[in-house]
Amino acid sequence: MISGADWNYPFTFGLCLVFILLVPFAIAGLALINTGLGRSRSAAQAMTSSLCLIGISALVYFVCGFKVQGYKFQPEFVGPLYHNLLSQPGLFFLGLGPGFASLAALLGVFSVALASLIPLGAASDRWRLSAACASTIVLAGCTYPTFARLAWQGLLAALGTKSGLGSGFIDAGGSGVIQVTGGLTALSLAWLLGPRLGKYSSSGMPTAIPAHNGVYVLFGCMLTWMGWLGLNSAGAILYAGLPPEKSVLVAINTTFSAAAAALTAAAITRIRFRKPDASLIANGWMAGLVASSAGCATLKPATAILTGLVAGALVIFAIEWLEFGLKVDDPCGSISVHAVCGIWGLLAAGIFSGDPGQFIAQLVGVATLLGLILPMTYSLNWLLGRIIPHRVSADGERQGLDLHELGADAYPEFVVHADEFMQR
Amino acid sequence: MKIGGLLLLLSGWAIVVAALLLLHSGALSAFIVAGFAVEILGLALFAKAHVLISKDNG
Repeated sequence: MISGADWNYPFTFGLCLVFILLVPFAIAGLALINTGLGRSRSAAQAMTSSLCLIGISALVYFVCGFKVQGYKFQPEFVGPLYHNLLSQPGLFFLGLGPGFASLAALLGVFSVALASLIPLGAASDRWRLSAACASTIVLAGCTYPTFARLAWQGLLAALGTKSGLGSGFIDAGGSGVIQVTGGLTALSLAWLLGPRLGKYSSSGMPTAIPAHNGVYVLFGCMLTWMGWLGLNSAGAILYAGLPPEKSVLVAINTTFSAAAAALTAAAITRIRFRKPDASLIANGWMAGLVASSAGCATLKPATAILTGLVAGALVIFAIEWLEFGLKVDDPCGSISVHAVCGIWGLLAAGIFSGDPGQFIAQLVGVATLLGLILPMTYSLNWLLGRIIPHRVSADGERQGLDLHELGADAYPEFVVHADEFMQR
Repeated sequence: MKIGGLLLLLSGWAIVVAALLLLHSGALSAFIVAGFAVEILGLALFAKAHVLISKDNG
């Protein structure tokens, strides 16, 4: 457990800052994945939305989100100003003080920006920019900080001391706080928006709408790997109290989990479709990264590989189940990758700890995500949709969001609009 | 159906929180699992409602 006496403060602070500064690579990678898996005629809108959502989420989180979340893990560094929800106006008015609270605020700004891009993948090709911005205000100011507070310093964090459930809820890298919160928001929006035009035939069979740029997607995966190394390492130090010298374990666990998941996805698609599927391998890679986050500080490398193996298989079946069974149109597989595999990561951290109490603590965390965060995000986005309609008009969708919303195509010199899959 | 699903989700979480506040040891785990099961029922109902809406919309 971290404490002022044990720490080499400047070294730990510097190392943690370097880790945090890697996180924007994950944001850039996710933006590339969302854009590449979407359609060519909405590519510029997807990237523009990503930039706008990053900006809005960072500002809203800094103005009020961090105040709701709080950071009182290390009171000897933090001081009394930053952790009293009711009596202080927050970082926006007080400024950043010294110590680990400022690092937690910076990590929070990047983490919430990452979370804000997750719904963009599920709502791709049909979500209005203005509605996306408004929805991100809700995510960064309300749902994300609410669960972050519960998980990292509230009810869930205290499960170990107050209820005797293992070490309390474990979520060092944010499988629950960042990924599942973003994934459940993505699910809510996919339900509220409905499928893209032409996605389902009149008999209810889904049509394949292929990714427009596989290279963006695969390069995005490599960028997210770098970002995830920073995200998990910084989270492990700031929220799980991992000594900095154990960051190597975090990096190994993160990489092994992603590798195992991607290879599992490659093997499954090779067996089922005779050829490995690039976009599903990319989703497998992301699923491994997402699942690694919760237990990155506590898993052993062997259990991290097992976590990745299950995540790689789970994501493929979840994508199919959502598309065929639940009729949820999720162009980028965001719900399967971030919500389903994030939940698996949380449960895996409990299962592989070997302590039944720890598993129950993780179950309480998942129950909070499903029982509190999902209804909250669904209701707030439903209400928002009454004021600012989420979905573009049918004409705008046919035209493509680049022309409809931005007035210019991403690839003006190429005729790449293929509508042969659309029903006439 | 949709509202019923949402209410079941919230009820399941309420069972989990109540168990944490009121119970200890063995009974605690049982009630947490029960609360989680109620949430799964709520989620299934909620998802089913959206499938029906999707079918109605054609």
